[in-house]
Amino acid sequence: MFVNSFNVRTFAPNLKQGIFNPVRMRINTLKNIILSALFIAVFNVSFASDSKEGDGDEKFNPNEMIMHHVKDAHEFHIIDWNKKPISLPLPIILWTDNGLTTFMSSGFHHDDSGKEIVEKNGGKFVKFHEKIYQLNDGETVAVFNDKHELTNAVKPLDFSITRNVFMMWVSVIVLLFIFFSAARSYKKSKNNVPSGIGSFVEPLVVFVRDEIARPMIGEHKYKRYMPYLLTVFFFIWINNIFGLIPILNGANLSGNIAFTMVLALFTFIITTLSGNKNYWQHIFWMPGVPVPMKIFLMPIEIIGMFTKPISLMIRLFANITAGHIIILALMSLIFIFKSVAIAPVSVAFSLFITVIEIVVTAIQAYIFTILSALYFGMATEEAHH
Amino acid sequence: MELVNPGFGLVFWTAITFLILLFILRKFAWKPILGAVSDREEGIKDALASAEKARQEMENLTADNERILQEARAEREAMLKDARDMKNKMISDAKEEAQAQASKMIEQAQAAIESEKKAAMAELKSHVAGLSIDIAEKVVRDELSNKDKQLKLVEGMLGEATLN
Amino acid sequence: MTIYGIAAIGAGLAAIGAGMGIGKIGGSAMEAMARQPEMHGKIQSSALILAAFVEAVALFGVVVALLQAAPAA
Repeated sequence: MFVNSFNVRTFAPNLKQGIFNPVRMRINTLKNIILSALFIAVFNVSFASDSKEGDGDEKFNPNEMIMHHVKDAHEFHIIDWNKKPISLPLPIILWTDNGLTTFMSSGFHHDDSGKEIVEKNGGKFVKFHEKIYQLNDGETVAVFNDKHELTNAVKPLDFSITRNVFMMWVSVIVLLFIFFSAARSYKKSKNNVPSGIGSFVEPLVVFVRDEIARPMIGEHKYKRYMPYLLTVFFFIWINNIFGLIPILNGANLSGNIAFTMVLALFTFIITTLSGNKNYWQHIFWMPGVPVPMKIFLMPIEIIGMFTKPISLMIRLFANITAGHIIILALMSLIFIFKSVAIAPVSVAFSLFITVIEIVVTAIQAYIFTILSALYFGMATEEAHH
Repeated sequence: MELVNPGFGLVFWTAITFLILLFILRKFAWKPILGAVSDREEGIKDALASAEKARQEMENLTADNERILQEARAEREAMLKDARDMKNKMISDAKEEAQAQASKMIEQAQAAIESEKKAAMAELKSHVAGLSIDIAEKVVRDELSNKDKQLKLVEGMLGEATLN
Repeated sequence: MTIYGIAAIGAGLAAIGAGMGIGKIGGSAMEAMARQPEMHGKIQSSALILAAFVEAVALFGVVVALLQAAPAA
């Protein structure tokens, strides 16, 4: 959270200007849309939190609520109505000893404490803290030890379509829709002038090409990496934005370490595969320094090879998760103080942070992309001494 | 701990989804969009270059026109000068010829006069000689009619002869 | 003090370092931009990249704090 505010204060206005300059004509409508979306959004969050947490005699636990929002889930919880959760069931796909087992998450009846048992394909399954466990043979009830760990169950391989996977597919559909219609608008026009959504997308694509790929990779080689960079940029950006939409209950996909790990892994693989002689020489036998220094530098460079993608992974994960946590924490203040009077302050603050987070969505997508491009550029740089 | 522990299912689905998205977008979105953008940029660059070329040509054309005009002017000048020279030359030639003709005619006239003079002189001489002979005949005949006179003549002549 | 408290202190220490680093980058970038406004774009993007590098160190700190705090939860 601290990192976000630093980022934003120092660099965000300029970056925003840089990205949106070409579409300034549209910015007014865009601003209106964003502002009204935010307005609705903030009220939704408070409403959702209110209906979920504010009605019981039980003590409100902000940590639990925040973790519930930030982590993945097996069902798409929308709202609680009359103390009954309303949610979209999602398929659960498990690889057990008996082969593939699938059933809907509604089979657990919103139970997350391991009490509800689903029998399927010769196995008994329980859900505990958003993890699916298979009870050992002959067991009929989940047994916990004093550390709240299941003692008589194993965890099968879980390929479930969780909330995050579901939202990822929604974002993919949105991306495909945006870019297919953009590509179509080019095909329709006679002289390659885009119209409609194409003219909104083009400055962003040109931004990735001219501000990220060209300066970082170089004029001759950047073309090969353009599809990857563009896809990563828009994929991260749209998932960052989707994570901020509260009605979707903050499916925190880009703040999930599995997601960022996969993307960082792809960057690592591409960097390693496109590394030329010069790149490997700089890692294993740094030219231009004395031999003892070469031996000293080699392990550092080898470690550096791995810390680069790891830092990519952690940066995106921590930035987005921190943003979600701080918004939810500010909202929790209302229920911690159990007072409506604190609500305006809380809403104002989380509105402010949400606006900052909207900028951060773009900045983090930009940083991930530009650093990937930088690593590709380092891997393909020719010797110049 | 759980927060920083990647779940296997999400890793699996993200990898598959991302790869599929990458391939689909590369084929159906990035290729046409980037192609169109670079085509258009090429087009603009070409248009600018051809405009520059046209401007250059225009400039060349103007320069050519200027040069042709200059040349025509120079040619006219030269032609006028030639004509003037020709005129002067013709005049002077004619003058010279006339001069030559005149002097030739004068010469011929002089020559004719000279020859006429000579002929006249010769005729005069022969005429005078004839007359003299006639006179001399008459005188001689007269003288030779008496002996005395003959002798006297001879003597006179002889005396003259000795004087010579 | 609970393990949460100690983890929070760790995260805070990491934040101090990153704050100083990013502050210095931001200050120098501003100065450089004021001195050479025509290099504005280049300075800005390199400052962003450098800030991301510094920030990563702080985030490592946060993640380690999370790792320490989480088992107790």
